[in-house]
Amino acid sequence: MYLQQYAPEPDSLESQDLWVNFGPQHPSMHGVMRLLVRLEGEVVREVVPIIGYLHRALEKIAESRTFPQFIPYTDREDYLGAMNGNLGYVLAVERLLEVEVPRRAALLRVLVAELNRIASHLIWWGTYSLDLGGWTGVTYGFREREGIVDIFQDLCGARLTYSYLRFGGVSRDIRPETIQKIKDFIPFLRKMLGEYRTLLTGNVIFEARTQGIGVISKEEAVNWGLTGPNVRASGVDYDLRRDDPYCLYPEFEFDVPVAVEGDCYARYLCRFEEMYQSLRIVEQVLAKLEPGPIQGKVPRVIKPKAGEVYLRTEAPRGELGVLLVADGSPTPWRLKLRGPSFNAVGAIPRLAQGWKIGDLISIIGSIDIILPDVDR
Amino acid sequence: MNCATLQHKLPHATILDPAAGEVLEITVRVPPADLFATLQTLRQDPELQLDLLANLAGVDYPPERIRIHYHLVSLSLKHRLCVQVDLPRADPEVASVVPIWNAANFFEREVYDLFGVRFLGHPNLKRILMDDDFVGWPLRKDFTHPQLVHKPER
Amino acid sequence: MGVIDDEVLPRMEKWPGGGLVVAAADWVFNQARANSLWPVTFGLACCAIEMMATGQPKYDLSRFGMEVFRASPRQADLLIVAGTVTHKIAPLVRRVYEQMPEPKYVLAMGSCALSGGLYYYDSYSVLKGIDQIIPVDVYVPGCPPRPESLLHGLMQLQEMIRHESFGERGARRRAQLAEADGQAPAEVEER
Repeated sequence: MYLQQYAPEPDSLESQDLWVNFGPQHPSMHGVMRLLVRLEGEVVREVVPIIGYLHRALEKIAESRTFPQFIPYTDREDYLGAMNGNLGYVLAVERLLEVEVPRRAALLRVLVAELNRIASHLIWWGTYSLDLGGWTGVTYGFREREGIVDIFQDLCGARLTYSYLRFGGVSRDIRPETIQKIKDFIPFLRKMLGEYRTLLTGNVIFEARTQGIGVISKEEAVNWGLTGPNVRASGVDYDLRRDDPYCLYPEFEFDVPVAVEGDCYARYLCRFEEMYQSLRIVEQVLAKLEPGPIQGKVPRVIKPKAGEVYLRTEAPRGELGVLLVADGSPTPWRLKLRGPSFNAVGAIPRLAQGWKIGDLISIIGSIDIILPDVDR
Repeated sequence: MNCATLQHKLPHATILDPAAGEVLEITVRVPPADLFATLQTLRQDPELQLDLLANLAGVDYPPERIRIHYHLVSLSLKHRLCVQVDLPRADPEVASVVPIWNAANFFEREVYDLFGVRFLGHPNLKRILMDDDFVGWPLRKDFTHPQLVHKPER
Repeated sequence: MGVIDDEVLPRMEKWPGGGLVVAAADWVFNQARANSLWPVTFGLACCAIEMMATGQPKYDLSRFGMEVFRASPRQADLLIVAGTVTHKIAPLVRRVYEQMPEPKYVLAMGSCALSGGLYYYDSYSVLKGIDQIIPVDVYVPGCPPRPESLLHGLMQLQEMIRHESFGERGARRRAQLAEADGQAPAEVEER
């Protein structure tokens, strides 16, 4: 009452918009990206993303590498989903090369792609919790991820950049001990995911900071080019593993989690549920795994026939597209990697407009961007 | 969606059928002047409903042309196609599709940055990955730069 | 600490018996510095994930007094350059470094920060080694280095700090910075 009495009329106050520079060195920026934010009070009126700080010229490098030499670079295109990056590139080249992949290798591909999806989502879960002020989440997420990293280390020796896939197969066979490790890991992760739910999903503060924040409608999400869990959270029932199948995915039974709200919480739930679905796929793969060769017959020099192919795979963050134009020589004529995060960053101005500056952090965390995928 | 109905809807376009073996997916080639109208038809036609611009990429074919690929996907009908347009390499210019898809905003800026293709009507056509004062179009085949060291042949 | 290192201690050393005091002070400061290195959070690329993994439960950087990742360079002693440095980010890395108070240390993590690594050839946008713009104390190779290698690099840095003497470090750092300025490509200099 007292304040209202003495506060000046809102119309008589002069206010000025404030441009705030956010990033590139900022702990909740998920890498080196910069946002110029125009604030009116605390409300975000305009966001200008500035990217390219991690532009490493992958596409230029591809034009002077042979096809096998480029596999390690695909690890580093999206380093949290390195196996999925490998998979997209290898499948695109195989489409032009026309080689046959043995069944065991194809199953192993599905196995590592799904395990890596879980690992990527675990890091996302941890950092999202960190963004919203909960340090506990990130220690949990990284601890469980170490289990998957251990499995990959057994499989191919690397912790982060695997280069595990080869044209026509995979580089190493899986050992029985590793299979046992995965079998032990699945119930453990199920249990931990239950704990995550009690920690974050039902948390009042977490819900207050995500529910109803950063809402985007179905039509707009598609129009802005969002893919993967981001667009599924807006009510688009579309998953490349089911609707444009590659590898052996049609053989497996899994649900595609879809939400209709289109807010940060819906995106959170979609990703969270995907981890359970990936675990289901991993279990089915292990049940189907039979001894056999892991490498198909490929020519000594990889020379795909001339042609162009655009291959889409479902990476942890959405559609990873590989446009490959080959001219019949051992190097690609043009290779374009279409990262899902690129469009997600493009949509930040739309998602963040009109929300408070604190919600901007919540929105950036919920769309799960990764910067090498944006800049390449 | 098949090639015959597509040809009926787009009388001026060249349509390549994957059945013929030349391409792997349905490819529509249009002259630059028809591009915008073609994409609008593809987006809005109830039988096509290509609502997602999945990818937009340039390919350099020296000495004469730059080809732009538009990969379109229908999320409801679950089909896809590729639209290609050839531009003269000396002065590449084509209509922007930002009025149809907002996703094209970043894609076109990227193609401008790396190939120097000007998109007419784009709201903010600036370099996106490189610095504003960068000179040259990096993904053109004849690009040179003091920092660009080629791997020595062995 | 820069003032003590560069001005107070050199003067004290000239007093009669001052050498003993200085040696003792040196030892105390060095122990304190070596066991409470606070890194600044500045993850650039892939190596940042390994750097984060090093800070998390399994490898637990806090055993060595380094878990306090500071968001502001003004509160940090150690810059871990974890990842690829492009020409676009290079001036910002340099600025973060210059904003850190003395004494400050730099650890270059991963091949990209060391030399450009995988992106040395055929890339027009990657800086060929972080030591072209800032002085580096410890180099940790690998693509990316395992957390164990990062820990080993940090141990080496602690060892280096324990054995360094006041004044020497300041002089060496200034010399390195001058050298880096001389080497730096002109376009980095301008910004």
